[in-house]
Amino acid sequence: MALKIDLRRFPGFFPIALLCLVVLYAPLVVVSVYSFNASASITRWEGFSLAWYVDVFTGPESPKFRQAAINSLIIAVLAAAGATLIAIAAAVAMFRTGRFKGRTLSFALINLPLMVPEIVTAVASLIFFSSIGLGGGLTTILLAHITFCIPFAYLPIAARMQGLSDSYEQAAMDLYATPWQAFRLVLLPLLLPGVMSGYLLAFIISLDDFLITNFVKGAGIETLPTAIFGAVKQGIRPNIMAISTLMLVVSVIFVTLSWWAGRSGKSKA
Amino acid sequence: MRTLLATTVLSALIATSAQAQEELKLYNWFEYMPAELLDKFTSETGIKVVMDTHDGNEALLAALKAGKLGRYDLAVPSDYMVAILGHEGMLDTFTADEIPNFGNIEPKWLDVPFDPGRHSSVPYQWGTTSFMVNRKLYDGPIDTTDIIFNPPETLKGKINVLDSSGETLALASLHLGIPQCSTDREQLKALNALVLGAKPDWASFGSDVAKDVLVSGDAAAGMIWSGFGAKARAENPDLEYAYPRQGYIVWMDNLVLLKDAPNRKAALAFMNFMLEPENAGALSNYARYAPGVTGAEAFVDADLMAAPETNPPADGNGVFVETCPQDSQVLYDAIWTNLKK
Amino acid sequence: MAAAAPGGASTSSRIYRGNVLRLIGPSWVIIGIFLLIPVILTVVYSFLTKEFRGGVQWTPTLAAYDQFFFDRGLFGDEPPRIEWTYLGIFWRSVWQAASATLLCLVIGFPTAWFIATRDPRQRATWLFMITIPYWVNLLIRTVSMKFLIRDEGPLNSLLMWTGITDAPLGLINTNFAVQLGLFYSYLPFMVLPIYAAVERYDFSLSEAAADLYSGMWTTLRLVILPTVRPGIIAGCILVFIPSLGAFLAPDLLGGAKTFMIGSLIEEQFKGAAGNWPFGSAVATILMTIIMAVLLVYARAQGKESK
Repeated sequence: MALKIDLRRFPGFFPIALLCLVVLYAPLVVVSVYSFNASASITRWEGFSLAWYVDVFTGPESPKFRQAAINSLIIAVLAAAGATLIAIAAAVAMFRTGRFKGRTLSFALINLPLMVPEIVTAVASLIFFSSIGLGGGLTTILLAHITFCIPFAYLPIAARMQGLSDSYEQAAMDLYATPWQAFRLVLLPLLLPGVMSGYLLAFIISLDDFLITNFVKGAGIETLPTAIFGAVKQGIRPNIMAISTLMLVVSVIFVTLSWWAGRSGKSKA
Repeated sequence: MRTLLATTVLSALIATSAQAQEELKLYNWFEYMPAELLDKFTSETGIKVVMDTHDGNEALLAALKAGKLGRYDLAVPSDYMVAILGHEGMLDTFTADEIPNFGNIEPKWLDVPFDPGRHSSVPYQWGTTSFMVNRKLYDGPIDTTDIIFNPPETLKGKINVLDSSGETLALASLHLGIPQCSTDREQLKALNALVLGAKPDWASFGSDVAKDVLVSGDAAAGMIWSGFGAKARAENPDLEYAYPRQGYIVWMDNLVLLKDAPNRKAALAFMNFMLEPENAGALSNYARYAPGVTGAEAFVDADLMAAPETNPPADGNGVFVETCPQDSQVLYDAIWTNLKK
Repeated sequence: MAAAAPGGASTSSRIYRGNVLRLIGPSWVIIGIFLLIPVILTVVYSFLTKEFRGGVQWTPTLAAYDQFFFDRGLFGDEPPRIEWTYLGIFWRSVWQAASATLLCLVIGFPTAWFIATRDPRQRATWLFMITIPYWVNLLIRTVSMKFLIRDEGPLNSLLMWTGITDAPLGLINTNFAVQLGLFYSYLPFMVLPIYAAVERYDFSLSEAAADLYSGMWTTLRLVILPTVRPGIIAGCILVFIPSLGAFLAPDLLGGAKTFMIGSLIEEQFKGAAGNWPFGSAVATILMTIIMAVLLVYARAQGKESK
């Protein structure tokens, strides 16, 4: 008699998931702890102090870092949204329109941003952008970010969609739903975990991008990565650690807010 | 949430579009210019300074080549890059009478090899590049490049060198006593053999982390820039900056006037402003390197002027990194690639 | 392949047939303008003459590819031999990226599985917990990892204090440190696609398999794997390719003692070498290899779904 195994609870998977969290967060504990260091060192502990947080809010570079953080968040939110929308449309085209001419080529094109080494995209984009007279404003950065975020949004959505039965949509259309209704009311909810994964990946990729942004951006515009990469040229100081810790706090607030919004939305419905 | 986002987007757009004022566009390293100085310049001249940041000389060159030339008035490159930008025709020239404070440039920084007579550049900050040793781990003599290229047993495997071919190969050339831009086969073979032979004794190549590996003790000796070294010593007093007798590298960062500057007049006004001793001193207090301006010392913090890292020996033989012609540069590139393959 | 997956239908569904242009169009336009043109430019550059210290002259030449494949000695006057330097760099990068991908898969798959089998509310929390660390900049994360695994860092102190080891592990500046750094850089890129694929898995199937006395690992291999394979492949692509070009982890954790593809290309554009055609050629060779592998995969997938 075989044991009745519940595959939802593979033995050993929970410890691995926990290990995963430990590995992910252990370095961040270091970051947070050293943001409270009294000295300017990130390797030698010399007592507790809030000086670096004061520096982040009132120091001479604080307006620049604040603006950089705001720029980064705006770009990441918008670029991830743009890339996700494009990726959803592309995934529907790839898996719900039968075989069309150029399907393989489309697959290659969508994954192209992934294949091109970043520095090449950076230099080539700058050459191209300046030759068509596109300045280095937030819009330019946003367009560049949407472009390289597309495969990161597309692949999870496509992974979700592959092998997802279209019988529900067929049923909806048998009941006289338009294709748009079938998509919006049937397919999209089914895709949601893929969409969410894709959006999150695109978001963190955009938030982290240094090289491409650094080349295409214009004078006076900083994003958080360009500001941080620049700042560490003068040595990594705890103020960077304080900024990073604050970003973590912001992200936790962000997540908690959306969690609340989701819950109150549900309880009303 | 949505309205919050909309307002931030809106305010960002407004912030970028409000620019009726006269502007000066400066391309500089990050955190290499105190905000107060820029404010002071604006209040004196009414010109607003928009600063963009690059992350190194070569990145600056690549960005200018790829299309950013013409977007900036001024840039801050190091000595050898001034020469390269000059060769590339990316610099505009000025005459001494266009900058009233031109005479404030210290005489020894006037006739520099990278811009003889100063027609495109003025001094910004200067320092040296050498190495530091953790005296707790090694108490022997350190006034020799043997520390890096032929290290004593206790330092082996605990050395960090700068991840930049220019500075590391220049120091290696000083160690061998050969010219920096050689095309002589025997000399180059010796250089190649030297760095390949020393590499097993090196723990890492790193520039941004040069300070941190020394402070933390991960490296017992490591190449470093002087001001960076002073910061390292402040965090770990066991570190000592060396002036090797074979020679060390002297560098100077400069304000250069770029070709096709959108606002040349403002650029010259800014150069003039930075040659004011008080302003040059304020810059040094912020960036922690020495100014190249006569009379600026009076405005520089006493501890900075007294620091061993700021004071090379009077008889020291510091040299600039040279800009090699193409036929020898390709050989140095090959040696570097060979070293890191 | 997906057609064979249990619970799924075919990839040849044609529901939105009439809208194909509208659906695929945006990605074509955006990538076509903002990436394809720069890529074409790169390929063209690789066949041009280098200008000293960056830039190109518009004279066609194969010099960049010659430099990649043939060794003519330090002074360029020896008879050409096969150049192993760059092939070695490629091989090392592929090996590092593959190890990191495997590491991500081994840790990421069970994690994704675990998340997908929570109830929906917990799932969202777990997903965010996996991605929140990535709000901290990659450079800072990598520096912190470096700090953590230093010989005198917290990890070694902990291990020695608990008596698990009696000497530092000596992790820093090793290949393993690089793999660990790459793993840390890209873990969510493995977890999230697998999660998206596993989440739709119908667990009644595995119960049916269990009822038929199928062992746990047999079930995993024959029933579950086909369903989640698209997710695994997507995850592997998203970890492997960025790892190939990564430069922060090799520089900071590996000590930058050897070039990786990413740093080699970067050195050509923003290093002292300033050899744009050669950088473009290395990039072109890299893109060609990746593209070929992906297209073979796409074709295989297309054949299976027929």
